[in-house]
Formats: sequence, structure tokens, C-alpha cells
Amino acid sequence: MLKLLGQRLVLGFLTLIIVSALIFAVTEWLPGDLASNILGQSATPENVAAIRAELGLDRPAYERYVEWLRGAAEGDFGTSLANKRPVVDVIGPRLWNTLFLAVYAALVAVPLSVLLGVLAAIYRNSIYDRLVNIGALAAISMPEFFIGYVLILYLAVQFRWFPAIATFKPEQTFTQHLYATFLPMLTLVLVVIAHMMRMTRTSVLAVMASPYIEMALLKGLPKSRIVVRHALPNALAPIINVVALNLAYLIVGVVVVEAVFTYNGLGRLMVDAVAKRDVPVVQACGLIFAIVFIGLNLVADVLSIISNPRLRHPR
Amino acid sequence: MKVFGTRITFTAIVGILIIVVIVGSAILAPWVAPYDPNANLGGRWDPPSAEHWLGLDQIGRDMFSRILYGGRVSISLALLATVLAFVVGIITGFAAAVFGGWIDIALSRIADVILSIPILMSALMIISGFGTGATVLVLTIGLLYAVLVFRVARAVAMNIAVLDYVEVARLRGEGLMWVILREILPNALPPLAAEFGLRFCFAFLFVAALNFLGLGLEPPAADWGSMVKESALAIPAGIAAPLYPAAAIALLTIGVNMVVDWLLSLHSRPQGENA
Repeated sequence: MLKLLGQRLVLGFLTLIIVSALIFAVTEWLPGDLASNILGQSATPENVAAIRAELGLDRPAYERYVEWLRGAAEGDFGTSLANKRPVVDVIGPRLWNTLFLAVYAALVAVPLSVLLGVLAAIYRNSIYDRLVNIGALAAISMPEFFIGYVLILYLAVQFRWFPAIATFKPEQTFTQHLYATFLPMLTLVLVVIAHMMRMTRTSVLAVMASPYIEMALLKGLPKSRIVVRHALPNALAPIINVVALNLAYLIVGVVVVEAVFTYNGLGRLMVDAVAKRDVPVVQACGLIFAIVFIGLNLVADVLSIISNPRLRHPR
Repeated sequence: MKVFGTRITFTAIVGILIIVVIVGSAILAPWVAPYDPNANLGGRWDPPSAEHWLGLDQIGRDMFSRILYGGRVSISLALLATVLAFVVGIITGFAAAVFGGWIDIALSRIADVILSIPILMSALMIISGFGTGATVLVLTIGLLYAVLVFRVARAVAMNIAVLDYVEVARLRGEGLMWVILREILPNALPPLAAEFGLRFCFAFLFVAALNFLGLGLEPPAADWGSMVKESALAIPAGIAAPLYPAAAIALLTIGVNMVVDWLLSLHSRPQGENA
């Protein structure tokens, strides 16, 4: 098993290196003359030359890539073109805000969706099960901004239960933080929960079809006991996978949700940087999102290896 | 219920109706829209009324007419991107399945790397490098989704390529193109049709999301996503204006998903078997 885990770690690291090269290529090398691209209409020879010098565009691309990667490994992403501040200083607080929101949403969504999914498997083909399916269809069909604006319109503007704009102030207590970010959290939860629930239901049902479950059924065990004690442990690996994938999806979903709630997170920072073509910030955000995404997939792999009884006890 | 010998479900009929109404009214927008979508007709954010079914937008344009016209943009952008994804994805996927060997390995590894980060992130970085606009939007989404289509097409073609009738065609000396076009493609079409609907939904939502973020079309052009963004300021004032284009997006996606579910169920349950 250790060998398997080691392989996954090496593979994840390799993927990250290749992805970093792709990020660099697509933002800085492939677009051609970056300096005039960034400036667009306002390109004069002087400021083109200034940007060139700032990004070191006179040197070959691979040299710049190696330098960028080395800097990134040491936590130095260069300076933002938009406001001349070090990228790390710009990103730091934003990353913290985004992680706060994502973890908050995950802590609500994961237990809830596993519970509801298991219930749907127990009461298969009941009205409840049908509702779960309709909910899942609705959730994958509705854009995040639709859900977000509906929540704002009703829960924040009409009933004034929650703030419409999720702002953080340093003097806020932790509970006030949770309250201020309740609506964006709820939006994210609604977006991911249906899929997680449906996959939990599917994986539990797949295990329920196996002979040893039939045996337990014939022994006369109650259905809830069969699902919880017999089926769930073996359905755990696929469920963990789905959960990790959806957490990764949370990281992406925050981009739109942050825009809806004008929440000062990493996603909104990245969108602004893309619009302003602030290349160093885009690269840094892209790399951080890639690390989180690849990391979560790696964790999912490792957890499903660990949770698989057949891999845990090699013969 | 059966139509032309195929079992059709109630949800599928509803889905098809939704698609026909939305796509039809988008195509017929110049004839059915009650007002000029760009004309300023009066008050800012006038509430829905008998003259203006969905009210007026932030600069007094008729929301209903704008949604009809915006639908043309949204649907055609998503359709173009999906078609591009399928053309590129099927060609590369079939090539990987039929040729195998290093071509397959190379293409599959490239796909693995591209899909190792979220597609939205890749799109954002491509747009930051190449700028905004309809061409970049369609190419970005089309090529990124081509990677997903590649995986499906490859898997489907792999399953078909080992079947006896393909082997027979090869043994009787048919050329490669014959094998791909006459033996594999027709049998790969049914599963790929469901995939097409699914991909269209995601491409459609993706176009809307990028436009909502302001990273899609250049300003005068407007699709449903950019209409949501433009009218978003109405929400804190308690006006539902941005919800109409957003609901249009959700409705079409639900309609297509209903049909996709039906296509998938046709596939997994053979005809004549009633479940």
C-alpha cells in the first residue's frame, strides 16, 4: 500500500509541474507580444518598453518560466502590474477569505449530503427518493448566480434576515463572520449538495445489489442496519471520491458566487486580474487553484486507498 | 407511450416542448419580439406590466424583447462551442482508439494533464492571455470541452473496435476510413447523442458564467449571462430584473437535461422491456 501511496504522491507532483508550465505558456508565452496585448489601445512605445522590462520579456521564455517557478516555490510571485504591490500581499488575505467560505460550505454540505443520500438509498423509489432526483436535476441546471440572486432577493432584501453583501471587518467576531457569509455558503451548499447526495445514493445502492447484502437481508436484519453497518463501509471509497471532487468543485464555484456577493475572495481577485490582464496575479491565482485542486484529488485517492479494506490488508 | 416505435416518457415530452419554445422564440425573435431590444422606452427598472411583460431594464429597454434576442446569442455561442468540441473530440478520440500505441498514449496523457485543473480555471487563464470576445469564447470552451469529448469518444470507439463486425470489415480488407466512418461511427452515435446534449448544457452554462463575470462578449453584444450582470444592481433594490434572464438559462438547461435523461434511459434499457 505504501508503494501505491508513494506513486500517487510522485504523480501528483509531476502533474503540478506540467500544469505550472501550461499556466505559464498560456498566459505569457503563447499570446505572442504580451506587452502590447496587455496595454491594448493605450500602447505607446514607452509603456510597451516599460512592461517588457518589468516582465523581463527580452529573455527567452524557458528562462523566465524557471525563474517564475523558483520564485513561486519560495512564495515570491513577482509584483502586480495593476497596483505595483507584491502579488503575495495582494493574494494572502483573499486566499484566507476564500478558504474560509469553502471550508464553511464543506462542513455543512458533506455531512448533510451523505446523510440525505443514505436516506434516499434506504427509502428507494419513495416520494423522498423522487424529490432527491428532481432536486439534483434542478441543481445541475441552475446557474450559481440564479440561486445566489434568488437567495439575496428573498432572504436579504425582502425579509432582511441576512446581509446581501458578504463583507469582512477585522472587528467582527467569529460568529459574525459566519453570519455575514451565510448566504454565499448556502448558495455553494445548494450547488454541490444534490450531486453529492445522488452519488452517495448510487454507490450505496451498487453495494446493496451484492450477494452478501442479500444474505444479511435473508438473515432478517433490519434494513437500516444493513445499510449503515454492511453497505456503507464498502460504499465509502466512491463516496469519498465524490466528496473530494465536489470540494474541488466548491473551489471553482466560489469564482461565480464571490462575484454575486461581491465577496473579497481569491476567485473575484482572479476575475478582476483577468479583465485587467494583470498577468503575474493571474498566474499566481491559477497556480494556487491548481495546487488546491490537484491536492484534493490526491487526498481523495489516498483516502480511498486507505478506506478500501482489500488494499489495507494485502495478501 | 410510443412515437415512431420508440418509448417516450412524459418528462421527455416536457423537455422537448421547453426546448422548442425557447429555441423557436429565439430564432423568431425579430418577428415575435414586441419592442426593439435596444430602444429606450421609458423608466429605469419599470415593474412588469401589460405592455412590458418582464418590465424594463437598467436603461429602460424592454426586458422580454431583450431576452428573446439574447437567447439567439447564448444558444448559438453554446452550440458553436459544442459542435467544435465534438468535431475535435471525436476525431482525436477515434484516432486514439483505432491507431492505439503511442498516439493513444500521447493524446490520453495530454487529456489527463489538461483535466487535472478545473476547466473554468483553464478558461480564465486562456482569456487573460488572449483577451475577450466571441471568437476567443467559442474557441476556449470548444477546445477545452473537446478534451472531455475525446475521453468519451475514445472509450465508446474502443468498445466498438473490438466487436466482431469491425474485425470482419478489417479482414475483408476495408480501408481505415471505411472502418471508422461506416463501422464505428454509426454505432457510436447513440451514446454520443446523449453526451452532446449534456455537453451543450455545460457549454451553455459556461458561456453564461463567463459573460456574467464580464469575460465573454465585448459590451454592446449581450447574451443572457451578460444581461444578468448588467442588471444585477436591481437586486438590492428589491427588483427581480436579473432573475428573468437567469431563469431563462435555468429553464433551457432543465429542458435539455430532461431529454438527455430520456436518451440515456433508452440506451440502458432495451426496447420492449417495460420498467
